[in-house]
Amino acid sequence: MSIAEGTRPRHVPDRLASRPARILRSWELLLTVIAILIFLANTQASPYFLDPWNLSDATFNFTEKAMIAFAMALLIIAGEIDLSVAGIIALASTAMGWALQYGAGMPVLVLIGLGVGLVCGAFNGLLVTRLGLPSIVVTIGTMSLFRGISYIVLGDQAFNGYPSDFAFFGRGYVFWVISFELVLFAVLAVIYGVVLHATNFGRQIYAIGNNATAATFSGIRVARVKMILFLLTGLMSGIAAICLTARLGSTRPSIAFAWELEVVTMVVLGGVSILGGAGSILGVVIAALIMGMVTFGLGLLNVPGIVMSIFIGALLIGVIALPRLIRLVRTGKAA
Amino acid sequence: MEDGRTIAGPVLRLEGITKRFPGVTALSGVELELHEGQVTALIGENGAGKSTLVKILTGIYQPDEGHIEVDGTTTRFPTATAAQEAGVTAIHQETVLFDELTVAENIFLGHAPRGRFGLMDWSRMRAEAREILTRIGAKLDPMAPLRDLGIASKHLVAIARALSVDARVVVMDEPTASLSQAEIEELYELVERLKSEGKAILFISHKFDEIFRIADRYTVFRDGEMVDAGMMEDVTEDALVTKMVGRSMDAIFPARTSSPGEEILRVAGYSHPTEFADIGFGLRRGEILGFYGLVGAGRSELMQALFGVTTPSKGAVKIDGKVAVIRSPAEAISRGIVYVPEDRGKQGAITAMPIFQNVTLPSLTQTSRNGFVQMADEFALARRYTERLDLRAASLDQAVGNLSGGNQQKVVIAKWLATRPKVIILDEPTKGIDVGSKAAVHEFMAELAAEGLSVIMVSSEIPEILGMSDRVIVMRDGRIAAELDRDGLTPEQLVRAAAGYEETAA
Repeated sequence: MSIAEGTRPRHVPDRLASRPARILRSWELLLTVIAILIFLANTQASPYFLDPWNLSDATFNFTEKAMIAFAMALLIIAGEIDLSVAGIIALASTAMGWALQYGAGMPVLVLIGLGVGLVCGAFNGLLVTRLGLPSIVVTIGTMSLFRGISYIVLGDQAFNGYPSDFAFFGRGYVFWVISFELVLFAVLAVIYGVVLHATNFGRQIYAIGNNATAATFSGIRVARVKMILFLLTGLMSGIAAICLTARLGSTRPSIAFAWELEVVTMVVLGGVSILGGAGSILGVVIAALIMGMVTFGLGLLNVPGIVMSIFIGALLIGVIALPRLIRLVRTGKAA
Repeated sequence: MEDGRTIAGPVLRLEGITKRFPGVTALSGVELELHEGQVTALIGENGAGKSTLVKILTGIYQPDEGHIEVDGTTTRFPTATAAQEAGVTAIHQETVLFDELTVAENIFLGHAPRGRFGLMDWSRMRAEAREILTRIGAKLDPMAPLRDLGIASKHLVAIARALSVDARVVVMDEPTASLSQAEIEELYELVERLKSEGKAILFISHKFDEIFRIADRYTVFRDGEMVDAGMMEDVTEDALVTKMVGRSMDAIFPARTSSPGEEILRVAGYSHPTEFADIGFGLRRGEILGFYGLVGAGRSELMQALFGVTTPSKGAVKIDGKVAVIRSPAEAISRGIVYVPEDRGKQGAITAMPIFQNVTLPSLTQTSRNGFVQMADEFALARRYTERLDLRAASLDQAVGNLSGGNQQKVVIAKWLATRPKVIILDEPTKGIDVGSKAAVHEFMAELAAEGLSVIMVSSEIPEILGMSDRVIVMRDGRIAAELDRDGLTPEQLVRAAAGYEETAA
């Protein structure tokens, strides 16, 4: 019995699988392969694809959505979701346009964009953490609520005439073909990657998403972590609203319509479990690149938008189903 | 049984039933006979194998050995439906009903009367539901949604559901556990009615008064074995208690010489609106305080309140003589109180995450710099505490869910020790774990107490309570029923205090 043997502890190694073995089995590797394949297909499909300025333009297809996707990834890993992000963009953009009519300058516009994002995030977060409502229901509600306010304010009008220093956030270039948005995307990717994978806060996010009860029992302040994540998602939506409004140069109530689904698609394609508890920022970054390239490549071929969404949808289902299909073929069991 | 008082043979007979689970033999060669128009009481401690037997009787588990006879012919219950068709039905401890459906739908779920085109025959269902409800003396509207009913009424629905199949054998697993005295009386009447209808009833209960009131026969289980069976009129309460607990102390407990130090925890007038009331006790340094009681006595609820999971409405907790207000587990942990929950998979460990991350979760500030995780420190901390507990794992990076129950428990205990607590609350620390791990946990508990850690151990296993505790508090119905010293404590005293049965001789 173990009492006798117990005096001599057995050796338990830290890890079994070596680092290369873990990388080989990773979702991120699969995504990278797909990204390379799509890149090659694009170069074959259109001679214009490899032009640096064309490629630079292509990044606008995903940068704003990806910024939200980083925060959304954290939220989904923690077992919650925010479907109101596009609504927040509409409301933040409308608020900025409204302030513009009263002569607000660039700094004020930015503060308003960020502020509206935070307030909307706080509203979602309070409803979820204080009242214990399911986030999918809350944010489906606030999705219509936020955008509805923009419709009331704007009707079929638009706000125009954003100052040129404000336009930099959407149209500016930091160096040669490298846009401000692309730099912001890269910086945010690093920040979110570090927060999720290298901090105590990130560890708590995984713990909550895997088992919120056990996380509570381990002394994690679950409500506080979730509140912060809703605030972050709101803030990122505010930042995206600033970039998008600056890029378009105008605000209409239909701005960023249905973006929430593209953001969630990006997160799920990136390997984040929709049930919570698993996923990485690297996966989301590669998924963003894939979606950007697909949209751009098909655009170069003059494929209509509706076909693009069919392609993205098929890609998502295909990639998600692939590992299960492999297992089904190998073992005869799907799960 | 050669008592000659039964005319016909048993309706149902189990012979040599053995059921093994990984690491545990839940039942070994048990016998059971159920007779027409008679109530057989099944008696035994928690973990004696009663629930496993019920599951075998209702086709949920398959026995590894032995056979089941119905009316003298050997048969098998490969599915729950097969058991039902053979006339065996069960009313479970926790009834599985559906709040959103009506009373009648709940009663007939899965075997609703069908009309033309296979559609539900609502009028027949209503009529039959009403008939069954009348038969058991329940005044309920068959079309009322279940969510509008109280617990007792729901229980009646569960009984009606059990009887909606043409049952000959009715298994009642602690049916009175959640009922009030008046409701219990009604249940007794119902049992009498079922008896007179010629049903064979298996009645599982911890309460001796009710066993003597309604049972005709008894069967005693202990540690998965049948130790005795007979007629109620031939036995006394004292004899039954002895049979139930009287054991060769085969589990060896570590020898301890305890010398508890100063008082570290003091709880006074601690009350919760529904779960417990007026709890007061003290805990000293290096002491192991056992909490014994029946399932549902409020022990876990009390411990979870101390740990800040649920907030009590009244009362005070003092740690080291200072008043401590604990509103969340995070506050409890910072004050040195930690809790190893009974439900490891749901509350204790995060099974999808690796061992080392589980261990460091409440101690992340120890293994990080400025909020950044230091993986090497994490492995070192996890190694230090899992080695002490002799954890058996392939690697520290392995998911906790892949470990055996005993090793999962070691991970949870290691997690708490890494926070260097003052008080550790262990809720059923060895429930469902193999003998080897059990001994390791006991050994370790003794070691911790010797090092000055104060241990509260909630347990429903009498040998564990007797073998480990310095002092025992027995809870009954959310209150402290007795506080007993370890010296000279007998199993009988514990059972009596927990069941509320006073010694007749005293």
